[in-house]
Amino acid sequence: MAMTKDQIAEEMYKAVAEAQEVGKKLKPMDLTKQMVKAYEDEGVDKKMCKAAIKDLVDSGRLVYTYFGGSFLELPHKEGASND
Amino acid sequence: MPKEYKTPKLDDLEKGPWPSFVKEIKQAAKNNEMSNDLLAVLERSYDERIGHWKHGGIVGVMGYGGGVIGRYIDIPDEYPNISHFHTMRINQPAGWFYTSEALRSICDIWEKHGSGLTNMHGSTGDIVLLGTTTDELEPTFQDLAHVGFDLGGSGSDVRTPSCCVGEARCEWACYDTMGVCYETTMRYQDELHRPAFPYKWKFKFAGCPNDCVAAKARADISVVGTWRDAIKVDDAEVATYYDNGMDIFNDVVLNCPARCMKFDHESKKLEINNADCRRCMHCINAMPKALRPGDDKGATILIGAKAPIIEGALLSSVLIPFLKMEDEEEREAWYDIMEEIQDIWCEEGKNRERIGEFIQRVGMANFLEAVGVEPIPEMVAYPRDNPYIFFEQDEEEE
Repeated sequence: MAMTKDQIAEEMYKAVAEAQEVGKKLKPMDLTKQMVKAYEDEGVDKKMCKAAIKDLVDSGRLVYTYFGGSFLELPHKEGASND
Repeated sequence: MPKEYKTPKLDDLEKGPWPSFVKEIKQAAKNNEMSNDLLAVLERSYDERIGHWKHGGIVGVMGYGGGVIGRYIDIPDEYPNISHFHTMRINQPAGWFYTSEALRSICDIWEKHGSGLTNMHGSTGDIVLLGTTTDELEPTFQDLAHVGFDLGGSGSDVRTPSCCVGEARCEWACYDTMGVCYETTMRYQDELHRPAFPYKWKFKFAGCPNDCVAAKARADISVVGTWRDAIKVDDAEVATYYDNGMDIFNDVVLNCPARCMKFDHESKKLEINNADCRRCMHCINAMPKALRPGDDKGATILIGAKAPIIEGALLSSVLIPFLKMEDEEEREAWYDIMEEIQDIWCEEGKNRERIGEFIQRVGMANFLEAVGVEPIPEMVAYPRDNPYIFFEQDEEEE
């Protein structure tokens, strides 16, 4: 059965959260590759992943971060931040 | 009243005939605590020879992944006013044309929300607003949006496209750089604000081979104006240059990289073998009244330049020798190739690998095959220097 954009967004959110638990950061590109590889048969393509990332970031569930490259992460208080 | 710091080393930088950034920061420091503390930290860094800034992080505006560069000081207790000192990059107008009103609006917004310090412009071309706190990012963004400005690029995204002034002020422009730069900026809005690439991607548009935006040396995609017919020669003006004492043979003919010119002292005529001309602009720059680019104008698309950050510097290679820029269909075909290139780079590129480095790693021949562009002699940057030449099976049979 074909996956919807919301479903893939949920999968992406879970993947980012799991990666973050083990101290890994995912780039949008890596996340997209991961999703397309896992759910290609269910109609998931780059375009859908791009739209899902946009929704996740626009809703504030994920944020972009920069550490020598751009990553997607769950919002958190960053270590470098001064109060 | 801001606290007064002693800054003998910075004071030294104000001496001499050149404008000094110290003078400007001091000016801003009269009314702004952030700029005042910035002076103190800079003086301290010169004393200790240590930088006190931490870079990167999660700061940004809602929905965007570029345009804000996070900076924090590592000694916030001593300099609380610059505990946060984030930079905002703002998309500049094509060709850097402003009205005074627009400039005043930007400065007013920045004095309200930030340090008041600006850098007009950053090396990519953006308006750079230096120093604000995390809480002020969103209000600054909103205020800028109300006066028609948007954030530019940063991180692994399409960086703010930039162009020379082109046809707006320059007689050598071979296409409408500002128009194509604007068109590209609008087409790439998503990629500009939402980083999705292995690393940064820069577009730069130069109207002629003089390349006033230095595209060939630093842009991933350089669009450089050129022409494919003959250079236009005004014989009477050539003779006038000669009569006025110009050494045409030594200063023009011998400096031609293609050696495609002849000058006859008797007839005072300049002859150009246009088939060999490399469109370098040297002769045109030397005799602007006598020589002009031809009428069949367009652009050469080059790929793969970068300044040295992670690896060394790269100059770009020719991808498309000539594109008629006013032809919408040809431009569409170029955008399609760009998409193809970005897809392959996203698929196969390593983290923090620019497109030029990617091409070096996989080889130009493999890269061209993957993006579906036919190799042609103009793409050869320099002759091969190894004796092993591999032919495809079908070429051997031929």
